[in-house]
Amino acid sequence: MIVGLENWALARPELFLAAATALLLIYGVVRGEIATAFVSVATAVALLVTAALLFLPYREGTAFASLFIADRLTATMKALVLVGSAVAILMSRAYFEQAKAWRFEYPLVVALATLGMMLMISANDLMALYVGLELQSLALYVIAAFQRDSVRSTEAGVKYFVLGSVASGMLLFGSSLIYGFCGGTAFVQISGALADGRSAEIGVIIGLVFVVAGLAFKVSAVPFHMWTPDVYEGAPTPVTALFAVAPKIAAMSLLVSVLMGPFKPLFAQWQQIIVVASVFSMALGAFAALRQQNIKRLMAYSSIGNVGYVLLGVASGTEKGIQAVVFYLAIYMVMTLGVFATILMMKRRNIMVEEVSDLAGLARSQPMMAFGMLIFMFSLAGIPPLAGFWGKLYIFMAAVEAKLFVPAGLGVLASVVASYYYLRIVKVMYFDEPAEAIDRPSFGVNRVVALVAAFLIAIFSLVPQPLSLIAEAAAKGLFQ
Amino acid sequence: MEALLREYLPILIFLGLAFGLVCAMLGGSYLIARQNPNSEKLSPFECGFAPFDDARGQFDVRFYLVAILFIIFDLEVAFLFPWAVALGDIGLFGFWSMMLFLGVLTVGFIYEWRKGALEWE
Repeated sequence: MIVGLENWALARPELFLAAATALLLIYGVVRGEIATAFVSVATAVALLVTAALLFLPYREGTAFASLFIADRLTATMKALVLVGSAVAILMSRAYFEQAKAWRFEYPLVVALATLGMMLMISANDLMALYVGLELQSLALYVIAAFQRDSVRSTEAGVKYFVLGSVASGMLLFGSSLIYGFCGGTAFVQISGALADGRSAEIGVIIGLVFVVAGLAFKVSAVPFHMWTPDVYEGAPTPVTALFAVAPKIAAMSLLVSVLMGPFKPLFAQWQQIIVVASVFSMALGAFAALRQQNIKRLMAYSSIGNVGYVLLGVASGTEKGIQAVVFYLAIYMVMTLGVFATILMMKRRNIMVEEVSDLAGLARSQPMMAFGMLIFMFSLAGIPPLAGFWGKLYIFMAAVEAKLFVPAGLGVLASVVASYYYLRIVKVMYFDEPAEAIDRPSFGVNRVVALVAAFLIAIFSLVPQPLSLIAEAAAKGLFQ
Repeated sequence: MEALLREYLPILIFLGLAFGLVCAMLGGSYLIARQNPNSEKLSPFECGFAPFDDARGQFDVRFYLVAILFIIFDLEVAFLFPWAVALGDIGLFGFWSMMLFLGVLTVGFIYEWRKGALEWE
């Protein structure tokens, strides 16, 4: 065996995805634009096969001179990201065909972004972390601007690129400080140096703050959320659906593994940062969304609020907290994909519409679509017994057990405020005078996704235990 | 200090030689050859755009594409030289690492070729 390559099989899912993407790229460019439909479906299938490879067979350990780690938590998070990306690719066809931007590069760039996400979830070293993060980010900048002839899409791409580079710079600067004070970039070296009693050194704490700031940008936690509403509104809707799901889950997983791994000895220091970011995210997500008219922008603020709840779980720093984080992220992914599938079906006279007021009277013209949206909105608002309620319950219980009484209380209040704008959408659909009717959604992927999402939410609402058990097993992986 | 500076002596000699050679060539051409300047001869590049101009000026995006493609293969060479020198020490692992890297670059190359990025018109 060659030195450095022991356990390479741990990275089999990543290697498969990389090879599949390269082959599909060559196939696509040789066949030309007619290959788009095939490449799109094949990429989604490749992502799902990659997800299956994570568990068939399931392996854990570290590889590549301990740059790469695989355990229950990384496998679960990667599976979520892969399924989210695959669904987002399948959802994009109708939109891009209409926008005349239906190209075979789109699914492949998404696959490369997903590969980056998998690498950052599995990072066990600051360098591996950065490389994974940049692979993800560069691919995402490109797809934000994928609709080249749309000014808003281009603006979203440039804005995301400029602000994302600043965040990456902060992360790198923090990493350099940590490297300087701990004498290594490997997570093991860092935790070893900190456990040595050097944890009080101010340089390490400043480095930690910069790293957390960079990661907070990627999960769009307040005060690093400014890019989110503009990018979400400007990017093509299927891209927004992807942004709201896959990169968030990946960056959150990274945040968890960095904070709970090498920086565990500095718990007292980072807990304050995360609590503050969490409380402000929850509050901003609740209040700023109240007056939004554009539904994509509204979902952007909603995602900021949801990140706040997840961060509260991270701040508790317990196994229960991490379990709640995994559980919440899984349910959040299902709800968000359902909402975006519905948004992608909102067409009037075959033109996409995305204002809240366009939904007026939807219950009368398209009762099924309105009912699906009702389930997603009730679940996002956290109304019992829907799945979103269980997610919030687990988070708040973990926070209370970790003695974070005030943040948990503020979180409950914020979720009360936030339920106003979720319920407003329900009110507009069910009680407002009908606007010109929305087109009858044609039978397609988006309808299937919305149906499946609504169905899954129903299942998670009635029997949350199986998902909870999966989350528990994942959280255990981190605390071994 | 003396010893340290002496190590830089070859560089000083090299600089002097370079300077002298350039002066000899330019001066010789100026003195002996027939001078018949026109605007094309005086411009630094025969094609492309003026190198010293307003940074906000517009230029053809194709120059940018060429520059990007150049950087990729420039970097490739920058990696290949140290790899070739150290190949005896890094063994099979090093050899196949570079082959993998070249394979990825080749995929990119096929893509840009088929996309027509290498054709000017």
